[in-house]
Amino acid sequence: MNPFVPIDTGSGFWNPLIWVIVFIIALLIVYVIRGLGRGDYKKNTGQTKPFLSGNVVENDEQLHVKGGNVYWGFTEAFKGYYNKIKSMHTGDTRDYVLWFLVMMVVFFAVVLGVM
Amino acid sequence: MNSIITHSPALLIAIPLFAAFITPLLSRIHRRARDGFVLIVLAATELLALLLAQDIYANGIRKYVFGATLPSLTHPGTMSIPVRIIFEIDGLSIFMVLISLTIAFVATVYSSSFFKKEDGLDRYYTLLLLVTVGMVGMELTGDLFNFFVFLEITSIASCALIAFWVDRGESLEAAFKYIVISSIGALFVLMAIGFLYGQYDALNIAALANSIQFTFIDKVALVLLLAALTMKAGIAPMHMWLPDAYGEAPPSVTIAVVAATQASLYGVLRVCFTLYGKGLRLNMAAVGWTLVGLGLLTIFIGVTMALVQRSLTRTIAFAAVGEIGYMVIGAGTALAAGAQNFATVALKGGVFHIFNDVLDIGLLFLVAGAIIYATKERDLNNLGGLAKRMKYTTVFFLIGLLAVAGMPPLNGFASKILIYESTYQLNPIISIIAILSSILLLAIFVKIFYSLFLGPELPHLRDVKEVPKGMLVAMAILATLIIIFGLFPGYVLQTIVDPAVAALSNPTNYINAILGGA
Repeated sequence: MNPFVPIDTGSGFWNPLIWVIVFIIALLIVYVIRGLGRGDYKKNTGQTKPFLSGNVVENDEQLHVKGGNVYWGFTEAFKGYYNKIKSMHTGDTRDYVLWFLVMMVVFFAVVLGVM
Repeated sequence: MNSIITHSPALLIAIPLFAAFITPLLSRIHRRARDGFVLIVLAATELLALLLAQDIYANGIRKYVFGATLPSLTHPGTMSIPVRIIFEIDGLSIFMVLISLTIAFVATVYSSSFFKKEDGLDRYYTLLLLVTVGMVGMELTGDLFNFFVFLEITSIASCALIAFWVDRGESLEAAFKYIVISSIGALFVLMAIGFLYGQYDALNIAALANSIQFTFIDKVALVLLLAALTMKAGIAPMHMWLPDAYGEAPPSVTIAVVAATQASLYGVLRVCFTLYGKGLRLNMAAVGWTLVGLGLLTIFIGVTMALVQRSLTRTIAFAAVGEIGYMVIGAGTALAAGAQNFATVALKGGVFHIFNDVLDIGLLFLVAGAIIYATKERDLNNLGGLAKRMKYTTVFFLIGLLAVAGMPPLNGFASKILIYESTYQLNPIISIIAILSSILLLAIFVKIFYSLFLGPELPHLRDVKEVPKGMLVAMAILATLIIIFGLFPGYVLQTIVDPAVAALSNPTNYINAILGGA
């Protein structure tokens, strides 16, 4: 059996081997383009340090955005949705059982009603 | 060798079950003897499963009878029915068995280092082996009541394992929720089995599938089975127990519980495609559309909730909820599409994703365990800059995150592309939601990757060291499988997924293997 056989997706195919070859070619192109760049920058000077709007950052730790703050804008924009969905996750076992009963009613409606 | 293969269905249960009760004795001799023994037992069981798989792929469905060899051999006294249990192993059963045993083996390798300084490991390994017995039993049996018994073994042993860290209140609470949910689910499964037994005087799945008449009682039994098993599989909005259990259990337990959850999903597939699959009179498309709807809801809720978690393990747990949705829409699309060509593609995607999900989510949980082991922290706000100190763990997390987000050329993409393309033909909206959710999943794991590994070293994490070799080996096993499944998906599909899909698509073969016929 050919280990590189592609997957037939019904309307196309997927062959990771082709993807890997294309990826390697892209890497080579990137490497060549990088080689065309300027090499006369001065190491360990202001040229190679991160620029934070001209602010001096004395403590490295302050550069780290904490996990809870990443995507703050996204969650703030969907605050309405998140308020509702979070309030549904009560952590109360009785609510878990209630959702089970609700879904059982849904399944009853589908199986007994539609079929 | 032939004798071993002949009796392998029984041995796949007997060996880990026997080992489960030997382990506490070996603990008294030496912990290394115990750890080595459990590893050897699970490796031998996996080897046995591979031999059985080879036999099934070559010769078709295998049945193994415990008790009366023929249905006519009834007890001469009072009993009018034969005392017998039949294991029936087709392509789907053995596919699931391979998943369960692989995960059990990896969990054991990981545990040997992760729990080095903890007490109570004699009981831990006994319970882990019992979970393995339960999962494998659920997947091998051709008897509905036997399925219930193994479901109970899995649930009870999993509950005790979730509560392994008894000094953590959160773990005890998670275990309590798990056992409540599991008991209620099992109760309704038992009730459904009772209804079917009362109707047809049979418990064998093939016999029931052959005689089912789709009466009102049969439909009620279908509802009870679907509701209970989808809850155990963690489908929204009945998923809420899952982040609690996955998030608070030790990581090696979590991956075993992930595999147990997949065993419940196997139950859903068996009920829909085999037990009720032969009945053309029943419109399974309605069930299919319901599963598609629930699958989308599961993906959406899982992924969006993962984005706002602060706990590392709970974030991965919600992502795991989202991943379950992909398998469900694959199976749902296959039912809703009926005889259309893309039904098979959807089913292939869904079934292939069961294995991929266990590997990807499993690897992420093991990495989370490594972080907790090394830092004693699980709050994302207190972590950062670990890449310099934990190089291997960083690479493993990167592989896991790319795989779970469905990035080519890893395994998650291979199964998801089958789901995307087939669901697009059913309704483009399904495919669009699935793709967008996968992108959001990538965004979530990029956030975690940044929070954990990038940025400057935090002062309280300057003494952190890479985790022990045993944990790295366990992560490496999963990462290697992810890469192999990603680079050779066509080979994996043809070897293990296609026989599983064929088993689901042709319930008649399953029935005829027991009852005979053309």
